[in-house]
Amino acid sequence: MSFPASVSTLNNYNDLYPDWTQREVSTGTTIMAVEFDGGVVMGADSRTTTGAYIANRVTDKLTPIHERIFCCRSGSAADTQAIADAVTYQLGFHSIELDEAPLVQTAASLFRDMCYRYREELMAGIIVAGWDPRRGGQVYTVPVGGMMTRQPVSVGGSGSSYIYGYVDSNYRPAMSKEECLKFTAEALTLAMERDGSSGGVVRLAVISEQGVERQVILGNQLPKFSTV
Amino acid sequence: MATVSVCQYHRGGFSFENCKRNALLEADINKLGFSSPAARKTGTTICGVVYKDGVVLGADTRATEGMVVADKNCSKIHYISPNVYCCGAGTAADTEMTTQIISSNLELHSLSTGRLPRVATANRMLKQMLFRYQGYIGAALVLGGVDCTGPHLYSIYPHGSTDKLPYVTMGSGSLAAMAVFEDRYRPNMEEEEAKRLVRDAIAAGIFNDLGSGSNIDLCVITKGKVDYLRPHDVANKKGVREDKIYGRPVTGNYRYKHGTTGVLAKTVTPLNLEVVEENVQTMDTS
Repeated sequence: MSFPASVSTLNNYNDLYPDWTQREVSTGTTIMAVEFDGGVVMGADSRTTTGAYIANRVTDKLTPIHERIFCCRSGSAADTQAIADAVTYQLGFHSIELDEAPLVQTAASLFRDMCYRYREELMAGIIVAGWDPRRGGQVYTVPVGGMMTRQPVSVGGSGSSYIYGYVDSNYRPAMSKEECLKFTAEALTLAMERDGSSGGVVRLAVISEQGVERQVILGNQLPKFSTV
Repeated sequence: MATVSVCQYHRGGFSFENCKRNALLEADINKLGFSSPAARKTGTTICGVVYKDGVVLGADTRATEGMVVADKNCSKIHYISPNVYCCGAGTAADTEMTTQIISSNLELHSLSTGRLPRVATANRMLKQMLFRYQGYIGAALVLGGVDCTGPHLYSIYPHGSTDKLPYVTMGSGSLAAMAVFEDRYRPNMEEEEAKRLVRDAIAAGIFNDLGSGSNIDLCVITKGKVDYLRPHDVANKKGVREDKIYGRPVTGNYRYKHGTTGVLAKTVTPLNLEVVEENVQTMDTS
């Protein structure tokens, strides 16, 4: 909203209704996706915040768009849920018309079209990842503003700032599925440790020709680092 | 907005044109010394829990207008369909009208499909409407019900995001209620335990949050049956004034015993009046 900063909100601040009852729900977030030969590994934390209150500590930010295409959501919870619902409908319709599995690039393009057209109104950073028969495992990132680009590894959300160094130094091309899982879990753990808006559990998903395997790593099972 | 459109026909949906004007008016009114009217809010503690056979929804009954209690016994658990109910926090008018609109649309949908409506359908309709209004409809809802796929519980925020969880709380008292839930919630509880848990969660909101108070309403939804318990618990019973003192009623009685007030002195002053004019008018009794 582009209103002048000096204007008071319609519901004036008073102690009866704490600040977080009037704040928008945001997925503070750390999200990540990695390509490997034969598929993709996607990961996300599970924290949704309204101001300083955690509205949902077990959020599932890995949203299915189609059978073998998922998206990681970051930014405004309402905006990303609405966009994901719209794209799910559009892709499902397209897939029925085509009578074959849709391409990951198609899903990413649909996200890009919506995020770019309504860029002024939306606050959404999305990573689209999946497997299709034509090009195998692919990761496309659609950050705030509506750009779309394919990357072998992509991170997003408020917690991603803390792990760019880790990701850049530890990523190697041609990693196996297990190595990708370990890489993703460790990167997310490090981000969750440092970012206040990320936390909870680590949710992982592996998408390949065989289908989708989902995992949850609970708080006490997260990998331990020697910072403490 | 960055792009300027020329000759654009009016698209459907909410028109945000007046929002900027309203924001500027809001700022100016405060400078002149007046205060803009305060919408009546349900300060509120609302919550819901999924148990073995269904869903228990709970709510307090206080509606506030600024710092004054406008309604001591308002009903915050709204009917959506025979198997789906919705608790509402936020602006009272918004929750009331939103739930009524969706209830009406859902009934039409149900007649069209020939089936009992699903909770997920109500959730979709509510979230799509609230998103369309971009948070200007201040309705934070706890939606619960039982349908052919089982019991379901959703929390819906004013901007249109939803969470599907086994236990949820909303409103200004939600932190107090959530503390009770996080301590005592277990999956697959029995009905009595679930009702006690929801009752205690709402009570925590009532006693620790200024925006919540009065009674506790409960709604237990199971397959084929709904128990709307209003009130389930009167957490703050109003005391009764002493009715009689010494056998005589206290309220509105101004007769006092002789000798209650002591007489110190007595003075009698006769007033001498002169008769000035005497006029007799006879009534015609013929």
